[in-house]
Amino acid sequence: MSPHLIGLLADVPEPIGDSAQTYANTAWILASSALVLLMTPGLAFFYGGMTRAKSTLNMIMMSFSSIGIVSVLWVIYGYSVAFAPDKTSGLFGNLSLRFLHNESQASITNHLYDYAFIAFQLMFAIITLALISGAVADRMKFSAWIAFSVIWVTVVYFPVAHWVFAFGVPISDAKTQTGGAGAAASYVAGTGGWIVSKLGALDFAGGTAVHINAGAAGLALCLVLGVRKGFGKEAMRPHNLPLVMIGTGMLWFGWFGFNAGSTLLANGLAGLAFVNTQVATAAALCGWLLVERLRDGHFTTLGAASGAVAGLVGITPACGTVSPSGAIVLGGLVGMLCAVAIGLKNKFGFDDALDVVGVHLVGGLFGTLAIGFLATKTTNGIGVDGLFYGGDASQLGKQAVAAFAVMGYSFVLTFLIALALKFTIGLRVTEEAEVVGIDQSEHLETAYEWAGFATGSTHASALAGSTPQRVGT
Amino acid sequence: MRLVTAVLKPFKLDDVKTALEAFGVAGMTVSEVQGHGRQRGHTEVYRGAEYTVTFVPKVKLEVLVDDADARDVIDVIAKAAQTGAIGDGKVWSTPVDEVVRVRTGERGVEAL
Repeated sequence: MSPHLIGLLADVPEPIGDSAQTYANTAWILASSALVLLMTPGLAFFYGGMTRAKSTLNMIMMSFSSIGIVSVLWVIYGYSVAFAPDKTSGLFGNLSLRFLHNESQASITNHLYDYAFIAFQLMFAIITLALISGAVADRMKFSAWIAFSVIWVTVVYFPVAHWVFAFGVPISDAKTQTGGAGAAASYVAGTGGWIVSKLGALDFAGGTAVHINAGAAGLALCLVLGVRKGFGKEAMRPHNLPLVMIGTGMLWFGWFGFNAGSTLLANGLAGLAFVNTQVATAAALCGWLLVERLRDGHFTTLGAASGAVAGLVGITPACGTVSPSGAIVLGGLVGMLCAVAIGLKNKFGFDDALDVVGVHLVGGLFGTLAIGFLATKTTNGIGVDGLFYGGDASQLGKQAVAAFAVMGYSFVLTFLIALALKFTIGLRVTEEAEVVGIDQSEHLETAYEWAGFATGSTHASALAGSTPQRVGT
Repeated sequence: MRLVTAVLKPFKLDDVKTALEAFGVAGMTVSEVQGHGRQRGHTEVYRGAEYTVTFVPKVKLEVLVDDADARDVIDVIAKAAQTGAIGDGKVWSTPVDEVVRVRTGERGVEAL
């Protein structure tokens, strides 16, 4: 390095606190934010490939519209409702940070620039909403989805994110740098959301606020919406499994930001969360395939994708509190459990089209509760041992309270929102639109020009009307 | 004149085409179709849910021939298309009243 450059660097003023650590953390969290954003287009492909050919664009649009709606609401009031200081109730923030107008780009909390945290948490809000859309494939009016999106993130997601992710008032001279769920040690107890700050349940990256929340909402919404025409009778097989696999790959890649970024620190705990995420996902992929081989006789591609996502969901709450071998156990079990749980909808007759309940609700519940058994002081550094490591049942109790509180709140509120929309603007497209295809009726588009009959396309054959005639400008 | 129609396994199309050209057939029409015979399709499993795929992909081949050639052409197709496994398809012929070659206006056997 030239003496000239060294001179320039020496002129950089010392920022607040430990500058190197703050810069490192901020770089990692900004990178993680971009990774988590990528999960939503990944989800769009994961879900989009699983629908029939006539409704894949609508499926993809429900994810992309989440990016549009939630990002704007986040700046206007979402961040404030979720993260503005709340020293009493622990239920939600306030509007003091609306439009982020009291936020300085220079402000730092717990060795992380606030704006990196704002960006990171925004991406969580986007994907949580998008996850719900899998339950309503093929039949929900797009205008109703937009209205649902605005109301749901406002009254369900933003408050629940506060419960789980708002650590509260930082201890200004905190020396402990544990991060993630353990970061609570760096904040004044009882000044943040009730789950993280008062109850003391461990949810490292959002098993409750993201997966249980979205899963319960998906269940409520599909119950009010009703089953698809032909559910249980017609074949509703995935129309494009390679698209599902691309989406799975994007989700898996982005999930490292989701889990390892949730430390909010660029340190060894982020590394542990990263490794745990990888091995739990891998074990779940194997677990799901094992069940399929025993039950159905074959290893399926969709099973590999579904197992991987189930593993990612299951390890999300636990990725910073279990050991890598614990993560293998957790992943293997959650993969097998979800492979069985997706049969629930056929047994009980609710049309959770793409298995949001079977994967996200069941996987989120399992991962959140598994912490009560598999948490270990040797890795998490925050002094909690689960039942399998000589701890008592108190942590399991806290985990259960957190999990079922979020599930109950999300289910009831979502049910009420869905009913309100059903009896005002209406939730469903007409029966004819559903048969013709929601892509054409709601978006005036079709995904594939060549799609033939029995693929769910509107075209009778590749020859009939395959070349659209231009009639407008 | 007769129209010989065959519904075949798609992967046998090349063999059938080669055999027909060797026999001396001048032209043919093929289309992708879906159907089933006595085997009633097959099953697929997605996330544990079993689906019956009743209609499986087939190729439909149509050849216009002189009355005298019809039986031979059917035999050529049946021989070339046979694998011995279920789903090999069917071949049949139907009478044709009139044929016109569009380019020249020739009619009947001249148009074949």
